[in-house]
Amino acid sequence: MFDDFFIRALVAGIGVAFVTGPLGCFVIWRRLSYFGDTLAHSALLGVTLAFTMEFNIAISVFVISSIIALILIQLQKKTNLPGDALLGLLAHSSLAVGLVVIGFLTFIRFDIMGLLFGDILAVSVNDLLIIWIGGALILLVLKLIWKPLFASTVNYELAEAEGLNPDRAKAIFTILMAAIIAISIKMVGLLLITGMLIIPAAMARNLSSSPQSMVIYSIIGGLLSVIIGLFTSLEFNTSSGPSIITAALLLFILSLFKIKQTIKLKN
Amino acid sequence: MSTDQNILVKLNDAGLQLNNKWLVKGVSLQVEKGKIVTLIGPNGSGKSTTAKIALGIYKKIDGSVEKYTNKVGYVPQKISIDWTLPLRVNDFMMLTESLNKDTIDEALSLTGVIHLKDKNLGDLSGGEFQRVLLARAISKKPDLLVLDEPVQGVDFTGEIALYELIKKISDELSCGILLISHDLHTVMSATDHVVCLNGHVCCSGSPMDVAKNNEYKALFGEQASQILSRYEHKHDHIHTDEGEIKKN
Repeated sequence: MFDDFFIRALVAGIGVAFVTGPLGCFVIWRRLSYFGDTLAHSALLGVTLAFTMEFNIAISVFVISSIIALILIQLQKKTNLPGDALLGLLAHSSLAVGLVVIGFLTFIRFDIMGLLFGDILAVSVNDLLIIWIGGALILLVLKLIWKPLFASTVNYELAEAEGLNPDRAKAIFTILMAAIIAISIKMVGLLLITGMLIIPAAMARNLSSSPQSMVIYSIIGGLLSVIIGLFTSLEFNTSSGPSIITAALLLFILSLFKIKQTIKLKN
Repeated sequence: MSTDQNILVKLNDAGLQLNNKWLVKGVSLQVEKGKIVTLIGPNGSGKSTTAKIALGIYKKIDGSVEKYTNKVGYVPQKISIDWTLPLRVNDFMMLTESLNKDTIDEALSLTGVIHLKDKNLGDLSGGEFQRVLLARAISKKPDLLVLDEPVQGVDFTGEIALYELIKKISDELSCGILLISHDLHTVMSATDHVVCLNGHVCCSGSPMDVAKNNEYKALFGEQASQILSRYEHKHDHIHTDEGEIKKN
């Protein structure tokens, strides 16, 4: 069944969408879109290291992204620079270092476009296992930390006062972000992963009135984006990442009409 | 021994320093089961800070806090909620603990906002939101309630009703309450123990003891039993910028 590359890509994409849906909601609620971008940019360094040491790409990306997240937390404590400046510093320097390292690795042929924008031909059965097992783990952990994470997103002091340990939830969530980037890099490409997190969730916000419904709409939006995007990619021979994100954008635009209607009804 | 077992939270000479400035210093107090302890004092006297120290929100404090319960309900003075979150009153009620429908309905009815259950949190008025905050705090049936000006923005009749409710909750749940209030009427009628703050503990004791206290009179003026219209603040000492206390 998984012999066909397109079926593999579809199954992989569906697995990714199930995880990016709920995580994307938190990215929007906690205003972490630029943080997600930074982790994704640093993933290139992880990929190059994986090639150099002939190591699994997903694990290598996960490790590097986690390290970048730790460095960010340390820099926030030790410097007076604003958060967005630190994020920009880490995002672009890690992307640059990653590209420089690629320049040195002349003995390996790199598909840079595939890395940056995703490549459905590159998804192996092994990748499917990583996406579905890794994805299930991410969702399980997210479910476990949901209460403290959500409560502290609404109000940190309430969560802390009522004994929910929001700092630990935040740290675990950072690791989950690194993990989703690691498992979705082959599908969406590192430049567009944040789009996969944010756009379906943004669409969902337009349609929902409670956090749970926003998560569900966000998953549905992600699934539709993947399916529409991949079929387009197959049909028109476009990169998988941009096709998926364009599909997500179209869904977002459609969701705007729902807002217009609601406003009309209110008036 | 029996009194020790009733202690829910205890501050020992606690204080907090931020940017070399003392927000509050040398506070010792304890909240026991079924008792209401009220913090009074002028603006900036460290009431909210003291409440947050008791809740364990601040990590780097002077002195120590002993907290003997994790079942805490908190109504903060200021709460900034990001309204981009889709959040209805019902979702907010279950923010820190999953509750069944009856418990939620009961708490919302007690504070008179059951009709707002399915409304978006961002659409509430200030007074309505304050009632929801109080309902959320009491719905968990906590051991310790920390209420930082819980009736701000609530209409006059509602204010009296809510204070009666707070008193009733304290009796029924036999939970301890740490209350911050500007309403001296309430303080005098419903409180077991008053702590008068002004960057440090000016005086403390039963409401009558405190009312007789000279420092209290200096802090609130002779007409302290009347409704607090002026907040005049005379003292036998001054506070320097570093938070030190100097006698006049």
